[in-house]
Amino acid sequence: MSDIFTLGIDIGSTSSKCVMLKNGKEIVGEGVVNLGAGTKGADQVIEQVIEQSGVKFEDIDVIVSTGYGRNSYEGAKKTMSELSCHAKGGTFIFGKVGTIIDIGGQDIKVLKLNPNGQLTNFLMNDKCAAGTGRFLEVMSGVLDVKLEELGELDKKSTEKTPISSTCTVFAESEVISCMAKKIPIPNIIRGIHASVATRVAGLAKRGGLSQPVAMTGGVTKNSGIVRALSEELDCEIKISPDSQMAGAIGAALYAYEEHQKN
Amino acid sequence: MSNTEMVEEKPAKVLLGEIVAKHYQEAWDAKNRGEKVGWCASNFPQEILETMDIKVVYPENQAAAISAKGGGQRMCETAENAGYSNDICAYARISLAYMDVKDAPELNMPQPDFVACCNNICNCMIKWYENIAKELDIPLILIDVPYNDEYEAGDDRVEYLKGQFDHAIKQLEDITGKKWDDKRFEKVMEISQRTGKAWLEATGYAKYTPSPFSGFDVFNHMAVAVCARGKEESAIAFEKLTKEFEENVKTGKSTFKGEEKYRIIFEGIACWPHLRHTFKQLKDGGVNVCGTVYADAFGYIYNNTYELMQAYCGTPNAISYERSLDMRLKLVEENNIDGMLVHINRSCKQWSGIMYEMEREFRERTGLPTATFDGDQADPRNFSDAQYDTRVQGLIEVMEANKAAKMKGEH
Repeated sequence: MSDIFTLGIDIGSTSSKCVMLKNGKEIVGEGVVNLGAGTKGADQVIEQVIEQSGVKFEDIDVIVSTGYGRNSYEGAKKTMSELSCHAKGGTFIFGKVGTIIDIGGQDIKVLKLNPNGQLTNFLMNDKCAAGTGRFLEVMSGVLDVKLEELGELDKKSTEKTPISSTCTVFAESEVISCMAKKIPIPNIIRGIHASVATRVAGLAKRGGLSQPVAMTGGVTKNSGIVRALSEELDCEIKISPDSQMAGAIGAALYAYEEHQKN
Repeated sequence: MSNTEMVEEKPAKVLLGEIVAKHYQEAWDAKNRGEKVGWCASNFPQEILETMDIKVVYPENQAAAISAKGGGQRMCETAENAGYSNDICAYARISLAYMDVKDAPELNMPQPDFVACCNNICNCMIKWYENIAKELDIPLILIDVPYNDEYEAGDDRVEYLKGQFDHAIKQLEDITGKKWDDKRFEKVMEISQRTGKAWLEATGYAKYTPSPFSGFDVFNHMAVAVCARGKEESAIAFEKLTKEFEENVKTGKSTFKGEEKYRIIFEGIACWPHLRHTFKQLKDGGVNVCGTVYADAFGYIYNNTYELMQAYCGTPNAISYERSLDMRLKLVEENNIDGMLVHINRSCKQWSGIMYEMEREFRERTGLPTATFDGDQADPRNFSDAQYDTRVQGLIEVMEANKAAKMKGEH
């Protein structure tokens, strides 16, 4: 029996992630391109994964797309919401988890799973960018620090500068005034991370936290956020090098299920 | 051909549309005859006005119509330019703008000689109507319904309301020169009862699976329940609607086009500016709305004046959290519900503010999935298509997984 290759493509607001799965079990290619919905990001990242896996495009059995730009990729057989994909991908990565938290570019997702790994409920942020990936992007711009450096700088902090979690623009003004007061950048960054964590934890607590708790999405690369959220929720948060790929993994798994239906 | 036969030949939808058109026309005619015409809050005891044959129009109904036809942003911005905050209810902003510009091609109505306000739905209502009264130098009639922390309004509240009814009647007699008539009041209560019961009986047909109607239909039909509860033709039209639904159940038809895969409660006021989009995403996913608290709110049930006053204390926003929750749980129990979609409506703090806790407990008590989306009852700027679509798709996927698990016997 020949191998089944499925592709999951997660087109977010700021980046495109792609995973090639063999027989619904083994990741044989994965990639990230920092271009989101409405760009060439999806095509570029698929090209990367095809090259990496050695599987020809025409040999891919099913493609499922997810993320903010899921409807813009015409090659997909079906679309799934990033909620279901992060739940499925998270379970694939971590095994049994009760809660998955994903901080995306434009939203925060708290996913509740039952012992079978099925998504039973979810909560998302409302009408505000505070606590989202966009909030972090704005802050890194103001501080003139690369997004990927925030975690390391946080480690150098000596104390936490209080930063508002009410509104991105309020927080931005506060950060600017902190910089004018010559407060060390690492301390401001720690305050920014705490601000995000407060916001995300509020949502997670509202849904009722089931253990174990895992985190998916690109923000998991920021150790400062993971630490701050773990403190705020007063529990351990599982992360993985594959966390950023959870949505794409989930989509590839759904693609495999789709193939098995036929 | 008799009038009765004419009525029988028309579908309920047509009859209901005609009643709303006639309601506005009668207000214009009264105004043109030199009678006093009022602007009235949607849950003001219409029995008083109907008894005295005083014509009123409903700013909330007008605002919903204006926003559904695409004029919401224009009117909201007019009010904001005049100094009203963007945080105020969009119905209020549209109404205050209309008071000012006195023209909306989407739906015009006569200017008021008095305003009749009842705060059983919210307290923003009071300030909105006070402003109109002050600005236009016209009388304000206010019926104050305190929030009910107890399950049912007791004697003290009914007594408080009775005193206000008497005062409002006196005010209206002075303003319009028309007289109160107890016998006519009895008759109006009887007709209103018939209308209320027929309306609730019609919406109650959502208990059938599949439902004989598309849930979004009631958002259109409810205009009559708002504007013309005390008219006999409203009772007749809702009874006709009930018959049509009954027939649909027998023949397996429905106004919901497509397969009804999932049945949800739509929580909150309709998102009028984006009604088409909010409906289409659900319909395309095979989701039918089989329960709303919003539409049923206009079915007042009582058997005497005491119960009438109790009923006006029992509007969705005036009742305790426990009773509100029970209303939702009853819908789940009776209407075979798979999930709930919650409209977090920026305009209506009173309704949406309670929803975070309501949603949490609803999930806990029913085990059903829920999703929230940001929107607004009349300001189109507070809604994002893509955010709505993701949340709805997520909700559908969870309902789908639940059904699959049920079939496997996992639940």
